[in-house]
Amino acid sequence: MSPVLFELLLRSIWETVLMTGASGLISLVFGLPLGLALVATDRGGIAESLWVNCGLGAIINGFRSVPFIILLVALIPVTRLIVGTSIGTWAAIVPLSIAATPYYARIAEVSLREVDHGLIEAARAMGGNRWTIIREVLVPEALPGIVAGFTVTLVTLVGASAMAGAIGAGGLGDLAIRYGYQRFETSVMVAVVIVLIVLVCGIQWIGDRLVARLDRRG
Amino acid sequence: MNQHVTTETGDPVAIEPAASQDVVRLVDLRRRFGATAALDGVSLTVKKGEILGIIGRSGAGKSTLIRCLNGLERPDSGEVFIEGHEISRLGERELQPLRRRIGMVFQHFNLLSAKTVEDNVALPLKIEGRPRAERMARAAELLQLVGLSEKAKAYPASLSGGQKQRVGIARALAARPALLLSDEATSALDPETTRSILALLKDINSRLGLTILLITHEMEVIRSIADRVAVIDAGRIVEEGAVWQVFADPKSEITRSLLGGIRPQLPPEIASRLAAGEGAETILRIDVAGEAAHRPLLSELTASVPGAFRLVHGGIDHVQQQPVGTLFVAIPGADAAHLAAVIAFLKDRGARVEVLGHVAGSV
Repeated sequence: MSPVLFELLLRSIWETVLMTGASGLISLVFGLPLGLALVATDRGGIAESLWVNCGLGAIINGFRSVPFIILLVALIPVTRLIVGTSIGTWAAIVPLSIAATPYYARIAEVSLREVDHGLIEAARAMGGNRWTIIREVLVPEALPGIVAGFTVTLVTLVGASAMAGAIGAGGLGDLAIRYGYQRFETSVMVAVVIVLIVLVCGIQWIGDRLVARLDRRG
Repeated sequence: MNQHVTTETGDPVAIEPAASQDVVRLVDLRRRFGATAALDGVSLTVKKGEILGIIGRSGAGKSTLIRCLNGLERPDSGEVFIEGHEISRLGERELQPLRRRIGMVFQHFNLLSAKTVEDNVALPLKIEGRPRAERMARAAELLQLVGLSEKAKAYPASLSGGQKQRVGIARALAARPALLLSDEATSALDPETTRSILALLKDINSRLGLTILLITHEMEVIRSIADRVAVIDAGRIVEEGAVWQVFADPKSEITRSLLGGIRPQLPPEIASRLAAGEGAETILRIDVAGEAAHRPLLSELTASVPGAFRLVHGGIDHVQQQPVGTLFVAIPGADAAHLAAVIAFLKDRGARVEVLGHVAGSV
């Protein structure tokens, strides 16, 4: 591999890490509260409100049913509004985040729903309010699942970011398509695949380790 | 607070001021779930410092009842007074400070798996907004009380069932409640652990003067620690009284059946041979309690009404330091006058006598 290509590979790695990391972080910040809202407003939840629950569910399902490549293009006006441009790595972070947030919200919802109802009742019996229940019971008890779900989301984002090459976002996927596939640079293709495997394994390994440390359920 | 409310029977009921001696007073509590009435007019009081046990089969309404006391469940009608304050119509926000006055222990412990033992115990104080140093000091004190000081930094998953319930009890006591609710606290534990947990509750009751209301389906629990018992069936209190009195003289069929395993029963091989008509021997069941059980009843019987009899089965038990006994006696012969004299004598001495039937041949 030529030094030029190698430098290109390094830059693409950085772009992929940036896209995955930034949109992952955004999906965590918005997805977790959304997941909490889904569980809290559901029947028998701590803030039961079936209308809100149905509304949120419908919006989330709506975003999740659009294929990412279409979302990428459809969101161009929104991207331009937020970032100022519709091309580049930062521009790709907008649709990636918008796709990952409802995805992660659903994963967080599943973990939060699994928290034993008896624990919520115990906190209520102690005189705890909703905020106490969220802070002391729901989130800490669901934390292993919340972290494991975040790991899955990050890995999914690594894959999705490859598609963002379609709007000139760069990244490893883009590199593999333009150099590895279209220019028959097999070494680039192999390098990209190896880097992706290492990246995904690394994310999964850190996630698993974190879950093992957090899980006190014996 | 001199307002009056009217119950469904139309009687005006004065609401006492908050300084009442009753920690809990329930007035005509009703709660339906669909077609079934979980609570069908329950009225009860729990006095300061006593242990009231509520016993019933599963589905009798026990859980609904105990959950009405801290507002986890709302009655359809009726009143719930906790330390003189009516709570059944309060909103969630108004209930929160009140719930801090009431500790609750659960069948499945409900400890937070992500928190250490001491953090679990200190949680009610954290909810109250107490500083960390105070919370930890109180947690250490309570863990000492329940004998788990060395487990302060452990996580609940590493504890046995009995230890988990001890943590549950410590947690329920953290905010110095006026009332402790125990929701089948020993039902998930083995008999030996059950005994130690009940001893702990009794100890807390006598040492701290804490009022305890517990629900259970096991008479053994009632017998071990309760001062008074209320029997609930199909959402109604069918029987209520001092534990030894209810044990000695159960009025309702439900109570008798709940007592079944704990009181002496006629051995099945004899029960199966009982017949209503004539027989070689008459089997009597004699129940004695309190005063009557202190007397030399059987020797007095032979002195006053001469004649042989055989003790078939029975025993004297002590409930709340009161002797409570049941004896099964076989009287030979078919002499009706003799039998009547025996029964009259025993009744005169304060025993309850029941002719169970006759057995042909020797038993």
